[in-house]
Amino acid sequence: MKLEYIGLENIDGPLVVLSGVKGAKNEEIVEITVAGKKKLGKIIELREDACVVQVFEGTRDLSLTNTRTKLTGNPMMMPLSEEILGRILNGRGKPIDGLGDIYAKDKRDINGMPINPVARKYPRDYIQTGISSIDGLTTLIRGQKLPIFSGNGLPHNKLAAQIVKQAKIAGENFAVVFVAMGVKYDVAEYFKRSFTESGVLEKVVMLLNLANDPVVERIITPRCGLTIAEYLAFTLKMHVLVIMTDMTSYAEALREVSSSKNEIPSRKGFPGYLYSDLASLYERAGMLKDQEGSITQIPILTMPNDDITHPVPDLTAYITEGQIVLGRELFQKGVYPPITILPSLSRLMKDGIGEGFTREDHPDVANQLFASFARVQEIRALAAVIGEDELSEIDQLYIRFGKLFEKYFIAQSEDEERDMEQTLTLGWTLLGFLPVAELDRMSPKLIEKYYKAGSNERLLYKGI
Amino acid sequence: MVETMNNFTTGYISGINGSVITIHGSKDFAMREMVIVGNLKLSGEVIAIRGEDVIAQVYEVTTGLKLHEPVIGTGQPLSVTLGPGIIGNVFDGIQRPLESIMKLTGAFIGRGIDVDAINMTKKWNIDIKVKKGDMLTGGFVIGTVKESSSITHQVMVPPTLKGKVTKVVPSGAYTVGETIIIIEDDKKTHEISMVQKWPVRDPRPFINRIPVSKPLITGQRVFDTMFPIAKGGTGAIPGGFGTGKTMTQHQFAKWSDADIIVYIGCGERGNEITSVLEDFPKLIDPKSKRPLMERTILIANTSNMPVAAREASIYTGITLAEYYRDMGYHVAVMADSTSRWAEALREISGRLEEMPAEEGFPAYLQSRLSEFYERAGYVTSLCNKTGSVTVVGAVSPQGSDFSEPVTMNTKRFVRSFWALDKQLAYERHYPAVNWTSSYSEYIDELTPWYEKNVNKDFMVNRTKLIALLQEESKLMEIVKLIGSDILPDEQKLILEITKAIRLGFLQQNAFHEEDTFVPIQKQYLMMSCILKVNDKAKILVRKGIPVSVIKKTGVFSTLSKMKYTIKNDRLESFNELENNLISNLDELLLQYEG
Repeated sequence: MKLEYIGLENIDGPLVVLSGVKGAKNEEIVEITVAGKKKLGKIIELREDACVVQVFEGTRDLSLTNTRTKLTGNPMMMPLSEEILGRILNGRGKPIDGLGDIYAKDKRDINGMPINPVARKYPRDYIQTGISSIDGLTTLIRGQKLPIFSGNGLPHNKLAAQIVKQAKIAGENFAVVFVAMGVKYDVAEYFKRSFTESGVLEKVVMLLNLANDPVVERIITPRCGLTIAEYLAFTLKMHVLVIMTDMTSYAEALREVSSSKNEIPSRKGFPGYLYSDLASLYERAGMLKDQEGSITQIPILTMPNDDITHPVPDLTAYITEGQIVLGRELFQKGVYPPITILPSLSRLMKDGIGEGFTREDHPDVANQLFASFARVQEIRALAAVIGEDELSEIDQLYIRFGKLFEKYFIAQSEDEERDMEQTLTLGWTLLGFLPVAELDRMSPKLIEKYYKAGSNERLLYKGI
Repeated sequence: MVETMNNFTTGYISGINGSVITIHGSKDFAMREMVIVGNLKLSGEVIAIRGEDVIAQVYEVTTGLKLHEPVIGTGQPLSVTLGPGIIGNVFDGIQRPLESIMKLTGAFIGRGIDVDAINMTKKWNIDIKVKKGDMLTGGFVIGTVKESSSITHQVMVPPTLKGKVTKVVPSGAYTVGETIIIIEDDKKTHEISMVQKWPVRDPRPFINRIPVSKPLITGQRVFDTMFPIAKGGTGAIPGGFGTGKTMTQHQFAKWSDADIIVYIGCGERGNEITSVLEDFPKLIDPKSKRPLMERTILIANTSNMPVAAREASIYTGITLAEYYRDMGYHVAVMADSTSRWAEALREISGRLEEMPAEEGFPAYLQSRLSEFYERAGYVTSLCNKTGSVTVVGAVSPQGSDFSEPVTMNTKRFVRSFWALDKQLAYERHYPAVNWTSSYSEYIDELTPWYEKNVNKDFMVNRTKLIALLQEESKLMEIVKLIGSDILPDEQKLILEITKAIRLGFLQQNAFHEEDTFVPIQKQYLMMSCILKVNDKAKILVRKGIPVSVIKKTGVFSTLSKMKYTIKNDRLESFNELENNLISNLDELLLQYEG
């Protein structure tokens, strides 16, 4: 028989304190009933005299006397079966699409367990997204965690939807887990529509914690989503793409709970364990040895004030395997997708491209484009001071190269899909605008095979 | 050692806060004692005692623990097991082999796992070196075991014991737990096997320190030539995300001329450990011609593994390193990343409600850092062999801000400082070591070695190279404002030659067969070739030949490609290359004058 505890000792923000609780387990889930409504909470601290509970649905309506609390004896569990595909769940993993509960074949602790590093398989297979700046320069690898760093108002959702639509995640055996944390209703609706349009909706699980849903719930939403992803990937052997948006809202929820626990803050009020906490989500991506199935993560986060040194993007990038950075300047120039390539990076790309994977020239082309474009930025800074007309001949060539690079390589339309061959050829055509002596990252063999000096813009129009 | 195995201290859990628990019920727990926590038998360590409250950090996730579950003391501080079988292994932060954990709980790491740190059933062939009646002191070599093809394990008397041998087994195959000798000291007998325990937080003793005099050669030009580190020295690699800290550490681990590498993945990515595990068995050590894994020990406590074990991982790693140092080996410790370790300190300190110093870090951050780096050194060990521990720590400054507490404090205790630069990384200039803000304090101590073993001009040339780069960075300030066109030709030459230095010398391609490891002799020849061309070109410029004309001969691009064109085992081709380049320039001079 389960005991019910009447009343509370203390209520402070999302936290409540119970006293006299017997046999409570650390991090177990409790059910708090108030006026016939059930709220869930998690025990986060146990003392002889008190038991601190974090309430996911918020503490509104609670009083010191009107509650009945029941221990469930378990940490938060997620019911799982293959029927979960195509369903829409709330931020706590409960269906909200009116199709009834999920018939559970398996139940798992949403906190998961860390993957043993010796059991991992190093990811090497690239995913073609059809977007030149990603495929060519920050190649996405199956099993990678590659976030999109964006800002408010930038088209990160469009980009993520395009990736889902175009990514060749190998035939039938794929699934998408979409985790929304504190996003607007419109955004969730946009993704739903785009999944429907690309005909993948029955392969998608959506977890929605919207902007007006309880803040603390956001802390468990991604954990529910990743538990589903692990089930799909490692039990049902599917290739799973997880999109998590917006990680900044997630971190803010964490900060809110931390401050009501009176914890000592580190940067910008975020708790000192933000890194470990984010890692416990991001590290759930990957592949396992001798097993089919994979989890690829694309977390999306908005950088407050476009500041990449803000703790959320900063710590994220220390954990994830690279980042795709969107830039306001490109966006304002009308370039879509506005991917700022210099700070963008894919750490796993080096092992998944080149001969035997994409094409022999891929590493050198990428390297050269990065180096040449870095030079363009330097020259642009100089041109801002002395004027473009005063630039030397060679610098003028770079300026031209930079313009065309943004116009034809980075920019592409929302439904344009370029294969790897096209992307690399486009890269060579652009490099043809520079004299061969400037290609200092390229091996002479490749230059001989692919380089054609004196490209002209007509070639680019044709999309070559 | 007196074993009190039958009367363990026992208490019970009276509070749980994340990875920190409060224990009541006994005053006998000692500081830093290992404890077994709860019915799940999680491992933990006592970190504070406040009257009734004994506070312990738990090395595993505390979900599901209840109040009043028992806590049992082990009577011992957190220790590592030392003996044959460590090399080639992958451990977690408290020396549990991850392979054994995988056999027990599959692809995901479970809890409350009790596994032996080293294989206790495997038999090792020991060659006994002592006989009955010998007087042995701590550190004395009892016998030798071939641990891997390149490592001979010296089985030593634990540093705390001494005495006269009363019994000794003949050479042969034994498991590590079997008693191989018995010594008697003051009527007390000690049975000694091939394994010994050592508390990780205590440095292992040695006879004395020896001043450093030899570089740790890494095959990486920007380190060996520009900013070397001594064997037994300390270095730090700070850098924002994406600047290549881990790649640099991997290059160190792969190619440095240490005998043994201890690689500590402290709070970093799981896939990075996987990549080491996949690469190292395939890569061949240039020195011993054996797979690199046969000289490597990995400690992997990834970012999603429990934070208290992350704090311990650094100590586990350095204690293993000291153990092999005592056998007379040169050991290099790579700690990636010390910032994650500092964050673990901060997290635990926060849960203890200690008063924070800067940015929430505890006030003892700097003393812990200095204690750690001080365990590096070049020493005479108790068995009279010389060995060294070199420590290279990666630092991940928040927001790439080098003035944050971990970077600032690390800088005080290390003598080689390799600052990684975001801008260089954007240009894909790797290793992205910034040559103006990096430094090595070992130059003076190492100069005799370079002059004797490489070339007497080595350090002179290095100084010239650095002077040129300094000059360039000054010129670049001007170029940023007015462009390079209007500079006089002497200065344009500096820009051209330093460009060749940057592309051809400082940049090094870790994925290129020839360039990933470059012998120090080749580094010298490359450097001297660049300087000779520079001297010649200066003469031409003085005669009024424009730099643009010199550039057309292709000398500069030849310089920047020589790292690929001249093979590591064909160093004699440098003569030919140099002659070609100089005669090219001479020809030009002739044309111009004629």
